[in-house]
Amino acid sequence: MNQSDFLKVVLPFKDKVFRLAKRLLVSTEEAEDATQELLFKLWRSKEKLSDYRNVEAFAMTMTKNYCYDRLKSKQASNLTLVHSNYKEKETSLDKKVEHNDTVNKVHELIEKLPEQQKIIIQLRDIEQYDFDEICKMVDMKPTAVRVALSRARKTIRQELIKQHNYGVS
Amino acid sequence: MELANIEKLVDKYLDAETTLQEEQILQQYFTSNNVAPHLQEYSMMFNYFKQSKDETYTKTIQLKPEKTKKNWKWLSVAASVALLFSVFIGNEQYKEYQQRKQFAQIKEALQMVSINLNKGNEALYAVSNNISKGSNAVQQLNTLPNTFSKANEILNVNK
Repeated sequence: MNQSDFLKVVLPFKDKVFRLAKRLLVSTEEAEDATQELLFKLWRSKEKLSDYRNVEAFAMTMTKNYCYDRLKSKQASNLTLVHSNYKEKETSLDKKVEHNDTVNKVHELIEKLPEQQKIIIQLRDIEQYDFDEICKMVDMKPTAVRVALSRARKTIRQELIKQHNYGVS
Repeated sequence: MELANIEKLVDKYLDAETTLQEEQILQQYFTSNNVAPHLQEYSMMFNYFKQSKDETYTKTIQLKPEKTKKNWKWLSVAASVALLFSVFIGNEQYKEYQQRKQFAQIKEALQMVSINLNKGNEALYAVSNNISKGSNAVQQLNTLPNTFSKANEILNVNK
């Protein structure tokens, strides 16, 4: 597999890898670094790629695991860089148009979800993978995925209603 | 799509029972401009989902690190081969040099031997010359009796 073949395989889902990494790692720079690192890892194991039936699913699993590792090492070394980056962005985005602001609220709510629900909502509602693929990517049973997804959706909705009501009253 | 139908789908959606197609329908409805007021929160959600999908990874994908690594590997291999080769060649050259040196020494020694031999030869020539002179003299001496006898004969005839 040469470079152009590899890129042909990888390019269709590189944005998905990036978005999932960003969902988990929050900061854009972190996500970019992670994406670069992951694509490079894939490139290094390119000989093995043809063995996987679904390279994309494999890449998403890798992304998930890689981001978990990053988050763990962040916690261990007490680095709060990610969070501060996020807050800065938040204040600047507050000044943007109202539509963007309400949309941003959803972003904030997803941010507060547990990691697993974050991943599942990212994979389902944004990337629109079907359940089989998601089960493979997160290594969970279909029922567990559905429960997590349902919880995530309900939480977001309830929080939105709550905020909306506060806004009104 | 009728509102009742949408509401049904929304309930299914919250229980994570909708299919991708149904979710597509919901997305289309909620990102349009005429969303029922009591379902506004979904419009926020679906707008966010739609918008999120537009984000792309814009940086160029770098696959170079491996290449340089590979080059280093090959370079080290080439360097070690060159080193081995040069050591081998150097060793050969040194051996040749040693041989030349030995050859020169031997040549010198042989030359000295030959010079001395020539000296000895000359001396032998001188000796042999003297010997031949001596033998000539001896021969001349050998001819003396003859001359004597001839002289006697001549004397006898004269008598």
